[in-house]
Amino acid sequence: MVLTWLIAIPMLGALAALALRHNGRGARAAALGAMVAELVLASWLWWSWGNAAIVPLPGGAWLEVFQHSWIPMIGASFLLAVDGLSLLMVLLTALIGAMSVLSAWRARVRRAGVFYFLLLWMLGAAVGIFLAMDLLLLYVFWEMMIIPLYFLIALWGGSGGPAAATKTFIFTQVSGLFMLVSSIGLVIWSGAGSFDYFSLIGVSAQLPSHIALWLMLGFLAAMAIKLPVVGVHTWLVDAHQQAPINGAVDLSGLVIKVGAYGLIRFLVPLFPDAAADFATVGRVLAVAGILYGGVMAFAQSDLKRLAAYITISHMGFVLLAVFVWNELALQGAVVLIISSALGAAGLFVMAGIVHARTGRRDLANLGGLWRTMPRLGGLSMALAMAAMGLPMLASFVGEILVLAGTLKVSVTFTALAAGGFVISVIYAPWLIQKVFQGKPTVDEDVVTGADDLSRRELAMLAAAVAVLVWLGVYPHSVLDTSAPAVRAIQQAGQPTHLKNAPPGPVRFNLEERP
Amino acid sequence: MRMSLLWLIVALPLAAFLAIVLGGRALPRAAVSAIGTAATGGAAIAAAFTAYEFSQLVQPAEGITQQLWTWIDVAGFTAQVALYLDPLSLVMVLAVTVVSFLILLYSTRFMAGDEGYGRFFAYMNLFVAMMLLLVLADNLLLLYLAWEGVGLCSYLLISFWQHQAANVKAGRKAFLVTRIGDTALAVGILLLFTHLGTLNIREALDLAGGAAFAGSALPAAALLILAGAAGKSAQLPLSIWLPDAMAGPTPVSALIHAATMAAAGVYLIARMLPIFQLAPVVMALVAVVGAATMLYGAFSAMVQRDLKRVLAYSTISQLGYMFIALGVGAAGAAIFHFIAHALSKSLLFLAAGAVALALHHQTDIFKMGGLRRAMPLAFWSFLIGAASLSALPLLTSGFFSKELILLGALSSGGPGGVALYAAGLIGSILTAVYIFRALFIVFMGRRKQEPEPVRGAALALALAVLAVLVVAASVIQLPPGWLPWPGVVEFVSQVYRAPAEGAEHQALSVAAVLPSVAAILGLAAAYVLFVRKPLLAFGLAASPWGGPVRRFWLSGWQLDALYDRLFVQPFVAAARAVRREWIDVLYTGIAAVAKLLHRILSVSQSGRLRWYWAGFVIGTIVLLAIVVMTWS
Repeated sequence: MVLTWLIAIPMLGALAALALRHNGRGARAAALGAMVAELVLASWLWWSWGNAAIVPLPGGAWLEVFQHSWIPMIGASFLLAVDGLSLLMVLLTALIGAMSVLSAWRARVRRAGVFYFLLLWMLGAAVGIFLAMDLLLLYVFWEMMIIPLYFLIALWGGSGGPAAATKTFIFTQVSGLFMLVSSIGLVIWSGAGSFDYFSLIGVSAQLPSHIALWLMLGFLAAMAIKLPVVGVHTWLVDAHQQAPINGAVDLSGLVIKVGAYGLIRFLVPLFPDAAADFATVGRVLAVAGILYGGVMAFAQSDLKRLAAYITISHMGFVLLAVFVWNELALQGAVVLIISSALGAAGLFVMAGIVHARTGRRDLANLGGLWRTMPRLGGLSMALAMAAMGLPMLASFVGEILVLAGTLKVSVTFTALAAGGFVISVIYAPWLIQKVFQGKPTVDEDVVTGADDLSRRELAMLAAAVAVLVWLGVYPHSVLDTSAPAVRAIQQAGQPTHLKNAPPGPVRFNLEERP
Repeated sequence: MRMSLLWLIVALPLAAFLAIVLGGRALPRAAVSAIGTAATGGAAIAAAFTAYEFSQLVQPAEGITQQLWTWIDVAGFTAQVALYLDPLSLVMVLAVTVVSFLILLYSTRFMAGDEGYGRFFAYMNLFVAMMLLLVLADNLLLLYLAWEGVGLCSYLLISFWQHQAANVKAGRKAFLVTRIGDTALAVGILLLFTHLGTLNIREALDLAGGAAFAGSALPAAALLILAGAAGKSAQLPLSIWLPDAMAGPTPVSALIHAATMAAAGVYLIARMLPIFQLAPVVMALVAVVGAATMLYGAFSAMVQRDLKRVLAYSTISQLGYMFIALGVGAAGAAIFHFIAHALSKSLLFLAAGAVALALHHQTDIFKMGGLRRAMPLAFWSFLIGAASLSALPLLTSGFFSKELILLGALSSGGPGGVALYAAGLIGSILTAVYIFRALFIVFMGRRKQEPEPVRGAALALALAVLAVLVVAASVIQLPPGWLPWPGVVEFVSQVYRAPAEGAEHQALSVAAVLPSVAAILGLAAAYVLFVRKPLLAFGLAASPWGGPVRRFWLSGWQLDALYDRLFVQPFVAAARAVRREWIDVLYTGIAAVAKLLHRILSVSQSGRLRWYWAGFVIGTIVLLAIVVMTWS
């Protein structure tokens, strides 16, 4: 039941904000209250549950399951479950959600009630995605997340908002449809008769391999668009660029990576053999994303577009982990999903603050802001370090684990992915230089020392940086939670020919090499 | 025995960094100075105490590990946050803490009045903390953390005066060039882990000789580690960042060159030496890279106009000597030369900084001159540093260390050993020429700019103590039998199971005397060229072949231009080419096609009954035709 509450709290907050639509302050207070409550509840569950699996079901180390009948005639039910992985994602959503509401706190949003309604509805749907273990229910939440995003970008976004919103809507809608078709196909072809995840694990092995491949590709397309994988990434960049300047939408709708979660939770465990057959292409796409994202980040002049390409580059590492599929890489991916979301959230908040203070977001017209805004400068420097994957910050732990896992499989892809380390040192210090260093370009009476971070902004950014540092120094706060889940998922996603073999020693595992 | 204070050595500077950052503007300057210097001073005291405890150990070669917490432990990929103290790391810790403390002390005067005073001390302390963690790290991943931390701090400090784009560019350059090496190192570390199943340094070194590590993986790992070391220690081909690193304040240069960044690569190879010994080709490559870089730096240093650039190329060259020593297995000599160089180079930089303070940040040596009487402390400091750097016989630590390296190279045997020895001799001459050239031009001759008096007890104290240390440090390694305790070379060499081939002291053989002769020869040449017959030097520089050679050396052998053309310009061009996001053309194309179809179809919706009727008739005919055709 508590799982239902996790979804219901943001949605109730959304309804409260809508009810208070004639009172902007009330609406935002309701939104913040809901997200704080969500955060408290999720933290409490994290604290009290530990990580011992108690529900013996496949495909995760399940801590709690909730089922209610929904459409029994087609085998769909309201099925929620949580394991360490889902729980971390929910926590992340709550944290980013609270940051998201806070980032718009003083922005004098038009029609605040509707704005917060859409924002929280989207967050509730994201939590739903992380908990839904019924593919049809998953699709419902997936769609539920898309529609608010469309209105938020179209109505509150920049001058190109409607066009970017349409683009986003079409891409993500297509992604949802792919997933729906693949889900239905899987259920029908396998004869499972039910949409629930637990009974669908392993059924694809009985399918003819070409059918399994096409079904897998449907899921992959869905997750790839949302992730995004290079090639289907263009919507994300436009969406970030045109999202409202206060940054709330960047955070709540785009930074939280449901696609990354979907790849790990659904794609490979549902189609282990097809995913293994596709691994080389997947790795190529992953490495291409890392490098292309890096080069494009350097080439951008808009602060938000730059940050968007940084996340695309980081998501390449997650994709690589998915197509390497060992515990090392997957644990790395979990850390990366969290660190990338927090790092990107920080960068978008920074971009919003810079835009709000100077009226500019174009790198060519910025510079020298450190002199008047040293706090923002220092925290942005820390965020840039996180983007570069410097040790002591969480992203390093993620990236090095992914690379270590990849090296067990392929030297070439490890070396290519490590190229991302080099490119990140081109774009991240470049970003800092263009905004904070060099000659001040904004008049010092336009941006004065008093324009440095307010307490609210300081708290937001410092919290993001503090979590990044904490996870960089003691990543086991997260790794211990995710470990049982990741191990179970990894087992479920092993291709058939490896599954029957006893788990070999990790240490001298040279046979895995091609 | 527990090394109770070991963790404090790293924790104190780190705490100072945090305190200054979190204190922000609320912290007065006096507090920043106090915290900023006391922390590293405390680390030096803790190091001394630890050294005392260490001297009580029965088996010092085994070392001592201090576990703090588990950093990462995933599927066998295990890295503790743990410190490891053995003779090698102990020597490094002592040298780093003492030199860093003196540099920080000096900085309280040098940076006084700078708007970023707190930021400066925060970064410097982080730098020191990272370097100390680097030499104390118990496993390769923690070492890599510190390795990157050092790189980050160099970037932050080189671009410290960040409102001038050129400084930031120099900082980014240092970061990027060293990061290329770092990335190679990361892959090398992962390669070792994949094959050995451990990240722990001692376990890895023990296992490396085993059967699990057959084939090309070990030389590959050694090569990648060498690339990492070459990046941080500014060896060819990754040397280009160091000359530009002088964009930072002078104490930063002193710290980078003497105690932290540049020494990291030397330490890394010394630490991983058994791996290199298993890959003789890579081991030889270390020496070759060292010799090439040594000559490259020495020739470049001879023609620089900027005092800090002379010192920068000198550092590159001296690090080359250390690489030669490592390449012939004389790790003890390399570490001894590191200490001697750290002391003399920091002294030289701090003296140069004092000159810069007196002359309004003038750094062009040809605009200086005759400062000997006006700035006696700076002069004597520079003189002592220069004497040690160029290994003038006796009295200076540099003399003993360089001699050990050259003899080590010679005794490594074969024509290769002789070649390294000969290169070292040439380098010795060049070293004396370039450093005394700078000394003579800056301190002798006609006074060109009137110096302002530089006051400050901290500054004078730091210079004086360093000058004494430069001379006194020769005590740690005298020929055997001169002193009751073992020299630093023997002390460090205990670390290696197979005793590293050190130089046997060949008492007063020709080979042992030649380096001294070379140094004196160089000094004499510099004296003739820059004091007695300066016209001769100008004539050489202006001669038809001298001019181009001078310009070639001045530009650091055109490496910057080469890399610019090979890497930077293509990358920027590529970024510019893809900036428009060509992938999106596919989707805008789909949208355009959809719009086109929409327009075509909307034409058909004309509302004219005749057209609809005609379409209906034609459609019917076509359908009927199809039906008839398929049936018949």
